[in-house]
Amino acid sequence: MTRQGAVFAGLAVLLFAAMTTALSVGRYAIAPGDVLTLASGWIGIGPGRAGVAEPVWRVVELVRLPRMLIGGFVGAGLALSGAVLQGVFRNPLVDPHVIGVSSGAAFGGALAILLGLGAAALWSMAFAFGLFAVALVIGLSRRAGQSSILMLVLSGVVVAALFAALVSLATYFADPNSTLPAIVFWLMGSFASATPERAWRMIPILAACAAPLLLMRFRINVLSLGDEEARGLGLRVERTRWLALACVTGITAASVANSGIVGWVGLVVPHFARALVGPDHRVLLPAAALLGASYMLFVDTLARSVIAAEIPLGVLTAIIGAPVFMLLLRRGHGEESWRA
Amino acid sequence: MIAANAIGFRHPGQPAWLFRDLGFRLQRGRTLALLGRNGRGKTTLLKCLAGLLTPVEGGVTRDGAVGYVPQAFASPFPYTVFEIVLMGRARHVGLFSTPTAEDRARARAAIAEIGLAEFAGRRIDTLSGGERQLALIARALAAQAEILLLDEPAAALDFRNQAKLLALLRTLSRERGLTILMTTHDPTHALEIADRAVLLHGDGRAEEGPVALMCAQDKLTALYGLEMRRLEFDAGGRKAAGILPLYGAGYPRL
Repeated sequence: MTRQGAVFAGLAVLLFAAMTTALSVGRYAIAPGDVLTLASGWIGIGPGRAGVAEPVWRVVELVRLPRMLIGGFVGAGLALSGAVLQGVFRNPLVDPHVIGVSSGAAFGGALAILLGLGAAALWSMAFAFGLFAVALVIGLSRRAGQSSILMLVLSGVVVAALFAALVSLATYFADPNSTLPAIVFWLMGSFASATPERAWRMIPILAACAAPLLLMRFRINVLSLGDEEARGLGLRVERTRWLALACVTGITAASVANSGIVGWVGLVVPHFARALVGPDHRVLLPAAALLGASYMLFVDTLARSVIAAEIPLGVLTAIIGAPVFMLLLRRGHGEESWRA
Repeated sequence: MIAANAIGFRHPGQPAWLFRDLGFRLQRGRTLALLGRNGRGKTTLLKCLAGLLTPVEGGVTRDGAVGYVPQAFASPFPYTVFEIVLMGRARHVGLFSTPTAEDRARARAAIAEIGLAEFAGRRIDTLSGGERQLALIARALAAQAEILLLDEPAAALDFRNQAKLLALLRTLSRERGLTILMTTHDPTHALEIADRAVLLHGDGRAEEGPVALMCAQDKLTALYGLEMRRLEFDAGGRKAAGILPLYGAGYPRL
């Protein structure tokens, strides 16, 4: 087996382990064997529900499975988005927050909570404001005629800062006894709200946005050479870049709307994946997606099982992500996989 | 074939033309050298001809795919030579697809043709300037470019590597029928491999003609603002020509 094959086999095993762990660990402990018995029923090769006690399949199928699916897809989507953006912007410090979409979505969600609107409104307002923020970034960066990468990143920073201020304003006006904690905890990120219905709403959106990115992975390679090189190789640079950005926006807005701001995944995971399989996006993008899913599942399992209460996901991804990132940089992988 | 039809270019908001009313037609298998001082628009002209910039006036017609080889290549990602050359296939790979076995075979063939086979798996940032230049030419070949535009391909090379590069370009034009356009600061290179030359004088003045005519002593002296001598001599039975700047004969007033 080639090195690459071995890495992907390892990532698949890791994801399988993460999924099994996510389904069995929790306050109601379930033996991994029971999880596998139940899962065998889903793919039609085993007894399924008949092979386990009723509370087991109820907990797994109604609570943990939707949460696992949403967590896995969000993790894969954010890691994939980060890897794509780093390639498209040719910058190692870019992640889905930089283009303003997270802040926009955060403001939309906070506003919905402040106004006392329901979950559906929170979801759609987060999504709408996420898209609006990106549209604003694009509009600002295009003012000077042709849009350059630098203008895009700068506009992203400006718009992100603007919406961060608006989020602060919303929390300032929020009722300290009801809406304020709701906004704060939502922003910190959690998959606790996962239900089967939510999973069915989330997953098609995430998959529909991730599929084009995975398919255009060779184009991302060409884009990562820079605009002029890519144009010289016959690429329609702007078009390709906007398509990639649109997909990233969809993924990020959907995940913020569902589970708040989960930082660091889009930044750290692509670097880790690059250290494993190299810079070629044809293999980097699938590797980052697999790794992102496993990472998110492990972190989420930790978040809901370490202490009696749930640790906010965004807090945990940062606490784990920051030292891991530092370690990666110090071991030289940062420099190895990036040459300015 | 590539033809420029009375093209002109000036940067947006600037009154001065870099070049204007420049027309020429370069047949298949021919080589054109672009000469001129720094900042007089050589690279800009090359990019206009490559289609990377749109001329302000006039137009460019090409009857084949274009391969542009930039002067400096810096990628933030340490791609291997093979990965870089494979990207030359971008034009032939659909938006939502990845290179096929045929694309990979063509990339491998291009690398072998340039003589870089042993470097295929090496990271491009570990290559010397000359090898990197060759890898970029291989990429243009993998793209099945029929018109090759090179921005100062010999600028970073030592004399031996310059000779290798010139020999390669000559082979590509004479045997593969590629149309080649290159900018250069060395008129000797133009004499060595080019059929025709463009002189960019600045102030919008540009002229095109046979290389022997364009690289005459007085023309080059006017072009560079420095006394230039053309030397012809017998090098072991082969007639050789070179252009020598008289650096000490009269330093230009600064």
